[in-house]
Amino acid sequence: MSLKQILNVNHIDVFHGTFQALWDVSLQVREGEMLALIGANTSGKSTLLDSISGLLHPARGRIEFEEREITRLDPYQIVEIGITQIPEGRRIFPEVSVLDNLLIGSYNRKAREKKEENLEKVYEFFPILRERRKQIAKTLSGGEQQMLVIARGLMADPKLMLIDEMSLGLAPIVINELFRALKEIRERGITILFVEQNVRRTLQEADRAYILETGRVVLSGSPSDLQEEDQVKKAYFGV
Amino acid sequence: MGSGDILTPLIMGILLGGLYALIALGLSLVFGVMRLINLAHGDLVILGSYGAFGLMSHLNMDPVLSLVICIPGMFALGFIIQKYLMGRAFAISVEAPLIIAFGIALIIQNTNQILWTPLSRGLNTSYSLTSFSLGKLQFPISYLLDFVAGIVVMILLREFLGRTYLGKAITAASQDRRAALLMGINTNRIYGYAFAIAMVSAAVAGVFLGMTFPFTPTSGTSLLTIAFGTVIIGGLGSMLGTFIGGVTLGVVQTIGGYFFGPATQMLIVYVIILVILAVRPQGLFGR
Repeated sequence: MSLKQILNVNHIDVFHGTFQALWDVSLQVREGEMLALIGANTSGKSTLLDSISGLLHPARGRIEFEEREITRLDPYQIVEIGITQIPEGRRIFPEVSVLDNLLIGSYNRKAREKKEENLEKVYEFFPILRERRKQIAKTLSGGEQQMLVIARGLMADPKLMLIDEMSLGLAPIVINELFRALKEIRERGITILFVEQNVRRTLQEADRAYILETGRVVLSGSPSDLQEEDQVKKAYFGV
Repeated sequence: MGSGDILTPLIMGILLGGLYALIALGLSLVFGVMRLINLAHGDLVILGSYGAFGLMSHLNMDPVLSLVICIPGMFALGFIIQKYLMGRAFAISVEAPLIIAFGIALIIQNTNQILWTPLSRGLNTSYSLTSFSLGKLQFPISYLLDFVAGIVVMILLREFLGRTYLGKAITAASQDRRAALLMGINTNRIYGYAFAIAMVSAAVAGVFLGMTFPFTPTSGTSLLTIAFGTVIIGGLGSMLGTFIGGVTLGVVQTIGGYFFGPATQMLIVYVIILVILAVRPQGLFGR
């Protein structure tokens, strides 16, 4: 892991209408790392991901990706430069085949050229999807749907993946499988920023973590440092 | 009554159904993709009819041939309407696009009124008034053209949506807009294409309608009703469902007219629509 920053979120304030969801949030993602974002519901985790993805634009502050400002780019432009978000809630395209879901992932011009190559890669990560490629996506199990959503994101040929609550509502054995895949993905050089509510699990998997509370970054650091913090112990481990 | 008697309205109904499907396909596509009930759809069909009428009366152009000009014209108009009116209205509220659509309908009706007078017009050609025979039965050739056009447009739309990258993106955006955005699809542009393609199907519908029935600047309103009926029966979003919905509606109308007289045939159509809405609100083929 290098110390080179790939993403730099710089003092952003983000609003939903008149409600301020993020307050002066700063966050740095290093190239090749697996960075976790921890926090309760409504702490602003998804808002932060949506701001990076261009679905929301900050009122103040700036966001840089590979030293280029991306604060005002539209979502499709963000995907083109190499950031893909895997939304929570397993948002597959339910009525089309698994393969079509994957192909839509490579919609942006750059990814379309590498579509065959990426498809092979994705089938290596998730062999079950190759078997099921002709099936209508909604017939997959919950775990398979989550694999499909991650695989679809990989088809966009990203440098940085933002993954929102991938383990929500899934069995532990499936979650293990997903984290195994994530590690393989990271080994292929893709940086990962993931959001989880399961703090214990997150601190096992991540290289570093940020903790958000009511729209503010309250703590950040390595898992071992964070586990020692009284605040974390009290809030998340009940000791 | 012999079996030959009922065969005539049955076949007429099936052929007419192709026209109804043609009219409804664009409405179905726009609703499926952007959840917009395009109240102007019937008037946009009639705009296609008048477009062909203008080219026929001034340049003596065959109505089917005039599609070469009407199709790109309506495509551009559709893209502009979506980009500069609907897209902006969507940003305001869910109701705003409905009101915009209603406004477009009024503008088209009144423009046609001014340009072409309220007189009834038709796209009459040497061949549109001839007939073809099926056994001993005779049918207007225009009905056959309607049916063929309906099938061709339905198949083209289906293949386009299912096979091309743009079509897949339109389908994806219709199933989950947020996920489509996150997959790098510029949904605003996609909506523009979807609306433009719906307008192309409206132009085709307008030309074949004009070759079959006379039309006036206010005919669009009743076409909207037919399109709604077709889509309700067939189920929204499915092109094949819309086609079968159109045929069902056509057959119900002509068979109803056969048994209860022409005055009540539309009444029977509406009763069937109400029954389907009550029993199977997603339509016969809807999801």
